[in-house]
Amino acid sequence: MNLNIKAQEQNTYDAIVIGSGVSGGWAAKELTEKGLKVLMLDRGKPLEHVKDYDTATKDPWEFKHRGRITVDQRETHPKLSRDYPYSEHNEKFWINDAESPYNEVKRFDWYRPDIVGGKSIMWGRQSYRLSDIDFEANLKDGIAVDWPIRYKDIAPWYDYVEKFAGISGTKEGLPQLPDGQFMPAMEMNCVEKDVKKNVEAKYKGRIITMGRVANITQPLPGRGSCQYRNLCSRGCPFGAYFSTQSSTLPAARATGNLTLRPDSIVNSVIYDEKLGKATGVKVIDKHTREMVEYYAKIIFINGSTLGSTFVMMNSVSTRFPNGLGNDSGVLGKYLMDHHFRTGASGVAEGYDDKYFFGRRANSIYVPRYRNIGNDKRDYIRGFGYQGGASRSGWSRGIAEMGVGKDFKEMLTEPGHWSMGLGGFGECLPYEDNRVTLDTSVKDAWGQPVLKFDAEFKENEKKMRVDMMNDAAEMLEAAGIKNVKTYDNGSYPGMAIHEMGTARMGRDPKTSVLNGFNQMHAVKNVFVTDGAAMTSAACVNPSLTYMALTARAVDYAVKELKKGNI
Amino acid sequence: MHRRDAIRNVAILLGTAISASTLSALESCTSAPKNYELQKPETKALLAEIAETIIPKTKTPGAKEANVQDFIIVMMNDCYKKEDQQVFLDGLKKIDAASEKQFKKGFMDITPDQRTQLLTQIEQERVDYNKRKDKKEGDPTHYFQYLKELTLLGYFTSKPGATEALRYVAVPGKFEGCIPYTKGEKAWAM
Repeated sequence: MNLNIKAQEQNTYDAIVIGSGVSGGWAAKELTEKGLKVLMLDRGKPLEHVKDYDTATKDPWEFKHRGRITVDQRETHPKLSRDYPYSEHNEKFWINDAESPYNEVKRFDWYRPDIVGGKSIMWGRQSYRLSDIDFEANLKDGIAVDWPIRYKDIAPWYDYVEKFAGISGTKEGLPQLPDGQFMPAMEMNCVEKDVKKNVEAKYKGRIITMGRVANITQPLPGRGSCQYRNLCSRGCPFGAYFSTQSSTLPAARATGNLTLRPDSIVNSVIYDEKLGKATGVKVIDKHTREMVEYYAKIIFINGSTLGSTFVMMNSVSTRFPNGLGNDSGVLGKYLMDHHFRTGASGVAEGYDDKYFFGRRANSIYVPRYRNIGNDKRDYIRGFGYQGGASRSGWSRGIAEMGVGKDFKEMLTEPGHWSMGLGGFGECLPYEDNRVTLDTSVKDAWGQPVLKFDAEFKENEKKMRVDMMNDAAEMLEAAGIKNVKTYDNGSYPGMAIHEMGTARMGRDPKTSVLNGFNQMHAVKNVFVTDGAAMTSAACVNPSLTYMALTARAVDYAVKELKKGNI
Repeated sequence: MHRRDAIRNVAILLGTAISASTLSALESCTSAPKNYELQKPETKALLAEIAETIIPKTKTPGAKEANVQDFIIVMMNDCYKKEDQQVFLDGLKKIDAASEKQFKKGFMDITPDQRTQLLTQIEQERVDYNKRKDKKEGDPTHYFQYLKELTLLGYFTSKPGATEALRYVAVPGKFEGCIPYTKGEKAWAM
C-alpha cells in the first residue's frame, strides 16, 4: 500500500503534455515557465539538438542512395513512401508504417514522425496569421460552427510567439494576412522581383511578398541565423529555424521544471468519474511494452491533430463511452487539410546574365485575393500561392536529349530561369470527412488504429480551377513565356496540414473545446494542436497552434490558481 | 553473332579449317549478347563505359572517375524492383546487340566515337519513347532512362562531379538574390 502511494507520488506532476512537437513544446515551455512541474511525453525516440542530427552536415555524395529510398524501405513504410518527405536524408525521423498501421476507406496520406520534437523538425516553416476573414467565415457562410474567438483574442499571442520563435518576413498591411513581429525578410531573386512588380501593377488587390518563414535572419539567444543551406528537414546544427529542440525545449529545460519521457506511447487519458476530472494518462513504454500511469492536475493533449484525436477516442469511460469529452459526437469529424499540387510555371527570358548565391530555404507568397472585398467566385473561401524562380541545374539533362562532351559541358553551366506558382487552398469542414477507431486492426502494441474516410469535394474542386488558371494568367501577365499549367491531384493528408476532429466552438453540444481550447466537459484537459481548428483558412497553420497554445496555458494556469480546475 | 559468322565466312572463303577450340573461343568472347547480372564484374565494366560515354572526362573528371558504375549497381540493387532490374539488364543486352549490328563488335570493343554515336541513337529512341502518344499507366520505363538518370545523378552528386564539374558551397552563409553571371561560370552543385 505504502509502496503504491510512493510510486504514485513519483509519477505525479502538476501538468502532463502529450506530444513534443510544435504545440507540445510550446505547452511545456509556457507551463514550466509559470512554475509548474511538467512531464512531457512523446512516442518518438530521443533526438538531442545538434548531436543527433547525424545527416545535417553530410555532403550529397555521403548518402549511399543520394537521398532516394530503397525497395525495403517502401515495404516498411508503404504509406509514407507515397510522397517526397520520407527520404534517405532524414528517414530515421519517420514512423514505421508497418508497426503503426492505419486504415483508409479513402486514401489519406498521414505523415507521422518518430522523434522527440515531432514534425517541428521537418516542418515547412511557413508562418502566417489567420485573420477575421477566417474567424468569421463559418458564421457568414452558415456552415459548420462559428469560431469561439476572433482575431483580437489571438493577436497578442501571435505577437508573443513570433517574437520568441523568430519569423522573418515583410509587413504588407493586408486585412486578410495580418502583419506580425518580423525579422528582416529574405531576398527575392531577380526574376521574382520583376514578376512581383508586373503582377502588382496589373492586378489590383494581388501582391507578392517574401515567404514569412520561421528561419531567423538575425541571431537569437542560443541560435544562429540562417546559413542558406536549405537542408532544414535534417535538423539544423545552427538552430536557425524554430523547432522544439532549438527553441521551446531549451527554454523549458532551463526552468528545471521539465521531465521529458521519450518512447512513451500514450494509450489514453484517465478520467475519474467521482471527481469529474482527468487525473492522468496511461502510457505504453515503447520498448518494455509495460503500461505505466502518470498523474497531474492539468493535461495538455498535443499529439498532432490525429494523434490527439486517437488518444481522446481511445479514452473510454462510463461517463464518456464515445471518447473523452465527446458529448457532442463531433470527435473525429470535420477533418480538413489544405489541397494543393496545382498551379503553373514557365520560362523567364532575358536573365541569362543573372544568378544567385546561396540556397534560400523559403519561397515567395501570394496572399489570398479570391472572395475578398467585391470579388465573388462560384466557390467560397480562397487560396494563397507559394512559389519562386530559379535557374535550372544539371537535372534538366535527364529529360533533355544528349550524351557526350558538349552535353556534359552544357550541364556544368546553369540553364534557363523558370518561375512557378503553386496554390494552397482552403478545405471546408465537412461532417462526413472523418476518422473513426478501428478495433479490427491492432498496432504493434495491441492498440486499435485510426480509419480515414475523407475527400475533397465540390467547393475544393471548383477552387482548383482558379488555382491553376490564375497562376498561369499572372505569370503570363508578368511576361513569363511557355507557361504550362498542372494539376497533379491532391489527397487529404498530403499537405501535412491536417486539422479539425476535436473542434473549438461556443456550444458544448456541437464542439469538443471552448474558446480557450479547454474541453467543455472535462475542464482540466486542453487540446491546442490542429485538432482544435474550427475551419482551415488557406494559410499554413502551425503559427496558429503556437499562439493558441500559449494563450491556453495562460488561461489554464490562471484557472488552476483560482481553484477552478 | 555477326562477327562470328563473318569470321566463319572468311574462313570458308579462305578454305581454311577452323578448329573446334577456335570456334568455342570466338563463341565465348564475341558471341550472342551476354546475360548481364548486377553482381558480375563485366556488368560493372560495361556500365563504366556507358556512363563515361554519357559523361566523358574533359577538363573535369568523367563518370568513371566518379565511380558512377558502382553507384548504378547499388541503386539498381537497392532501389528498384526485380521487374525494373530486368528491364535494365535486358537493356544492357540490347546495347551490345545494337553495337554488334552496327559495328560488328560488342560495346566494349568499339571506339569512344562509335560509343557516342550508338548511345546518341539510343538516346533519341528514349526521348521518342518518353514522348509517345499512346502512353499507359504501367508501361515499362525505357532502359536507357535508368542509365541516363542514374549516370547524371551519380555523377553530379559525386565529389568530383559536384566540386570540379560544378561549384559546391556546403555552407553559403548568406543569400544574394540577384548577382551577375558570365557565360562559362559553373552552376551551383545544389
